[in-house]
Order: sequence, then structure tokens, then C-alpha cells
Amino acid sequence: MKLLWFHLMPYTDLPDDFAETNECVWVDIDSRLFEPEKAHVMYNDFLDELEFAAEMGLDGVCVNEHHSNGYGLMPSPNLMAATLARRTRDTAICVMGNSLALYNPPTRVAEEFAMLDCISGGRLIAGFPVGTPMDTCYAFGQNPSTLRPRYYEAHDLILRAWQEPDTFTFNGRYNKQRYVNIWPRPVQKPHPPIWIPGGGSIETWQWCARMDYVYSYLSYFGYKQGHATMQGFWDEMDRLGKDRNPFRAGFLQFVGVAETREEALKLYKEPAEYFYGRCLHLNPKWAMPPGYTSEATIRARVQSQIVRAANQTAALNTIARDMDEIVERGYIIVGSPDEVAEQLREVAVNLNIGQLMMLLQFGDMGKQTAMYNTEMFTKRVMPQITDLFEDEWENRWWPQPMAADARAVPKELAR
Amino acid sequence: MSELRERSVSVRGQPCRVWEKGEGEPVGYLAGLGGLLEWTPFLDRLAERRRVIAPSIPGFPGANGHHELDTTLDWIAATLDLLEQAGLEGTDLIGASVGGTLAAEAAAISPRMVRRLVLEAPFGLFDEDEPVTDPWAQAPGALAQLLAAHPERLGLAPPEDDSIEWQVLLVRASEAAARLLWPTTDTGLGSRLYRIRVPTLLVWGSEDAIIPASYAKRFADVIAGPTEIRSIEGAGHLVDRDAPDEAAAAVLAFLE
Repeated sequence: MKLLWFHLMPYTDLPDDFAETNECVWVDIDSRLFEPEKAHVMYNDFLDELEFAAEMGLDGVCVNEHHSNGYGLMPSPNLMAATLARRTRDTAICVMGNSLALYNPPTRVAEEFAMLDCISGGRLIAGFPVGTPMDTCYAFGQNPSTLRPRYYEAHDLILRAWQEPDTFTFNGRYNKQRYVNIWPRPVQKPHPPIWIPGGGSIETWQWCARMDYVYSYLSYFGYKQGHATMQGFWDEMDRLGKDRNPFRAGFLQFVGVAETREEALKLYKEPAEYFYGRCLHLNPKWAMPPGYTSEATIRARVQSQIVRAANQTAALNTIARDMDEIVERGYIIVGSPDEVAEQLREVAVNLNIGQLMMLLQFGDMGKQTAMYNTEMFTKRVMPQITDLFEDEWENRWWPQPMAADARAVPKELAR
Repeated sequence: MSELRERSVSVRGQPCRVWEKGEGEPVGYLAGLGGLLEWTPFLDRLAERRRVIAPSIPGFPGANGHHELDTTLDWIAATLDLLEQAGLEGTDLIGASVGGTLAAEAAAISPRMVRRLVLEAPFGLFDEDEPVTDPWAQAPGALAQLLAAHPERLGLAPPEDDSIEWQVLLVRASEAAARLLWPTTDTGLGSRLYRIRVPTLLVWGSEDAIIPASYAKRFADVIAGPTEIRSIEGAGHLVDRDAPDEAAAAVLAFLE
């Protein structure tokens, strides 16, 4: 299986009483809490951590896009990916991704992803999220009723822009461009692998099946709650006659490794509680812009077990905030290397996940701990699970870089 | 008083429900946020004196087709189609909230379409110093309190037999309004209001928690025709649901 190291880049200095004195971590979060000099250190620490993960042999590093968000300091993940393209060698660079409907014209995404693919020598995974309501409809003011058609149209335009050799005219419903002819073009042919981050809508499952894209379920609530969604995904693949190739599916999981379970519980308690207590301090008023969720998905959710699972969680007063419950509910997998390996293997098999994205830094976890966690994982967990699925299934959704000896090596800094 | 009559007209190939009650000179009614889930006491008061014709705008209960409408111009064209199809060419027209926006747009773009115009707390303008409340950024259950001083008069309790479809209906109506008004509710109407040359009544609830009552003057200042402003004491945004008798009295007095 493929193991990817995912960074959200959370602001690590939200005050202790953040949840009590603020309404939300997103959209209207108090900008006076943001200290640029501290963010300078955070960004550099975060990039150190990503580079370290690459050095330690993770298959990929992931960055993503959020706006006006206290737990995601990457309005432009492409900037982070650009520096990672220079500072890593063989690791896949997964931009998870660009919210297509936010770019006008969307050829901007085609251009920047092509740049990243060229700079990295063909190591890019192109993530195409619709984007959350908070990012797209509120922070960026996109109309929730046209967001999805705009997204699909932008997708079509980007795919054509990558592949059509001649200058063409795109006369879409939302995008009109007389001359489309992007320079540069991606290294990977016909284009970089495309992964779709999703939250469990049927249309997205069907679309991933039709387009042969990876579906990535990015939830912060771990494998227990994710089980129903991934079950729904695989049932839909069965119904559509698609194989159960686990590499069709990506999944996000928080992980904390130490010598013993007790030590891990102690070490990761503070950053976990910081994440679920402060970073996920969300105001429900931003959750449901009308039209964002299709009527078919509303109906399906009411009727299906996805919603029963979600309702159960709601009944438990939404999100777990203290470490015991966070672990109990499976948000975070913690333990000794062997325990974590066993659990991850079980999760990967049960949910049938070939592309596992892990948060080994979360909340206000400092660089030292993040690197310790990463080292423990890569040295003592990864060897136990990395072989999973590799003999049985082909991963058709992984980057095909240029040959190593054909790729440029950045020169060392003089000072 | 006559019974409620229902028919269906076609707008861009999509069926739109038209409700009708009463006899006499026709008056049109375009509903506000949420649309008409049921015939209302306000419309009954009007139907005692007039033939009240209430077509559903695309996406509101009884009508689909909002997904075909991308631009404000698309919405205006659909509204003109709807008024023509419903038999409301050159008649008096009342528009509330979202319906008020479209009634004003129709009157501005096609002045002969409307004889006299009643706008009840219409959307369409936005002033940063006195912003319109965002109806789509509210805690679950909070919107009804903002829409009316008497939310129980909005008839929003779900039926027991089919709560899923009822929920879909409400979300669809909300989406249709958002499709027209997202993100600030400014449709650009301000630059077209000067073309409204017909007598216009602006009705506003004094307790409107969505669009400040001061917006009545902003409309009146730009509309070219003679304008009157009537404030309904104690009523909220959906003024004719909140205070049906007072609103009907004000409207009938203006139209007669």
C-alpha cells in the first residue's frame, strides 16, 4: 500500500480558551489571533517536517487548501508543493488539492499543476476537491447552487488544457476562453494521476468510478466513523461493476506512535485535544449552504446508514474533545509500533484502502514530536504494512516520474 | 369567497404551479423566502376583494427549473415568462422578499408589465454600513426567528407522513433564493430601479431582522414613479405572514 504524510499546517498558538471565547476557527476567526512572526516559524517547521517525512521514505507528502482557517494555513497549497518539489527527491507530491471552482479561469490550475509536475520531474498527484462550504461558499463567496456544475466544467477545461496539442476555444456555461493553450504542459502523460477528496456524496463516488479517479475520504473522525462511508463507496463500486482495487480509495487517519501505548497516550494527548478542542471548534451556521449538497444526497443520507452513523455521533454531542474518547472513537490510532501496525493493517483491510494518508503532525504538536512520530512510524510501523495489496493489485493512480538519472538535482546552497 | 384553484404553466419547459383565489380584477403575488407551502391568511384577505394569482417562481414549492437560471437576466426573463403565462400582463403586482426582488426587476426591465407595484421588504440592494443579514449563515433553527416576529405563523412544522420530501422542498426553495442572491443579496437592482415608473408601495416590518427597515427609503429614493412607504409595526421580514391583516389593509388601500 501507499503511505502518505499529510500536513494540514494548523496555527499552533490558538489560546487555551479559544473555544470558550471564539465562535469559530473558520471564516470569521479573529484575525488578531494571527501573529505573522510566529507563522514564519510555523511554516518553516512544517516544511521541515514534510521534508523529513520524505527523507524518511514515506511514499508521498500531502498538502491541501483552506481559506480563512485557523487549522489550515495553506490558502495556496501550490506554493508549499513548489518548495517541496525542490527539496524532495523521489517522493510523490500530493496536492489535495485545488478547489477548481474558485479559480477564474480554471486554466490557472492546469498551469500551476503543470509547473509543479515539471519542476518535480513528474511526481505530482493532482487533487481536485470541490472544497468545503466554509472555504468555497463563505470565505470565497461562491454560489452553492452553481458550485458543482462550475467544478465539473472547470475539470473538463483543465483536462482538455493538459491534453489538447492545439490552441482551442472553450465556450462553456461558466467559463469562456477564446484561446486556451497552456505552457508548460505536465511531464506525466496523458496527465498526472487525479485524486478526488470527498465527504461521502453518491455523485462523487459515481463520478470517480466513471472517470477512473481515486476517491479519498478525508475525515477527521477516523476509521470507525469512516467505515460506513467506505462501505457505501465499495457497495456503489460493486453496483457499477468496478473491481475492488484498494488503490481506488484513499483515506485519512491520525496516527501517534511511541514505545508503549501509555507513552503514546501521554505524548499525543495535548496535540490531539488541541486539534479536536480548538481546531475543530466549528460554528454549524457555516455547514449547510443550500444547494451545496444535492437533493439525491440529502435523500440518501436520511435513508442510509451513513446518516445513522452521523446521527449517532450527533447524539453523542458531536465531536469528542478529550483524549480517552478521541482514542476510543478511533479518531486517532495510538500505541506502540506493533500495535499501530496491527491496527492500520486492520483498517486498511477492512475499509479496503490502498492509499493511506496519515496525519503524524496534528494540533499544536511541535517539530520535535512530529519528527519523533514520523521516525517511529517509518522505521518500525511502515515496514510491517507497506507490502499490503502490492502483489494483488496494480496501483494505476500513482505518479510516473521521469527516470531518476534524467531528473535535475538542485544545487546546494552556497551559504 | 371562491375556492383555491390550481393550474400549471410552463416556464422554459418546466412546470410552475399557479394558485388562484377570488374574483374581480387580477393582482399577482410573488412569494418571499421559502415560497408558499400553503395558501395564507394575507392572500385570503386580498381574495375577498380581488382575483389573486400566485405563480411559484422556479425552485419555490410547486416549481422547478432554478438550475437552468444562471444570471440575473435569466431570472428576470423567467419571471416575465411566468407573469405572462399566469395572466398577469399589465396587472397590479405584489412581491415579497425574494419575490419583491423579481417583481421590481420585472417592472424595471419591462415597465408595461406592471400597473401598480407593491414591494414587501424586497432584496436586491446592499449597503456595507447597514448590511442585510445573511439568511444562509444561521445556526440550525435560528432562521425562522429572524424571518418573523411570530415564527409560528410561517407554517414550517413538517408533516408527519413525509418529512424527507418536505425537507427537500425547503432546502430547494432556499437554494433557489440563494442562486439569485448569493453572496450579498445585491442583484444589481440598484442600477435599474430608476426605470420603475409606476406607482409603488413599499411595505416593511418595523422589526425586519433580515433587511433593515431603512432600506425602504433607499428604494423610494431611486424609483422614478410615485412611492409610498408603509411600516407595519412589530412585524418581521416576511411581513404579510407575520401581520396578515395589517399588511392586507395597507396593500388594498394602496391598490384601491
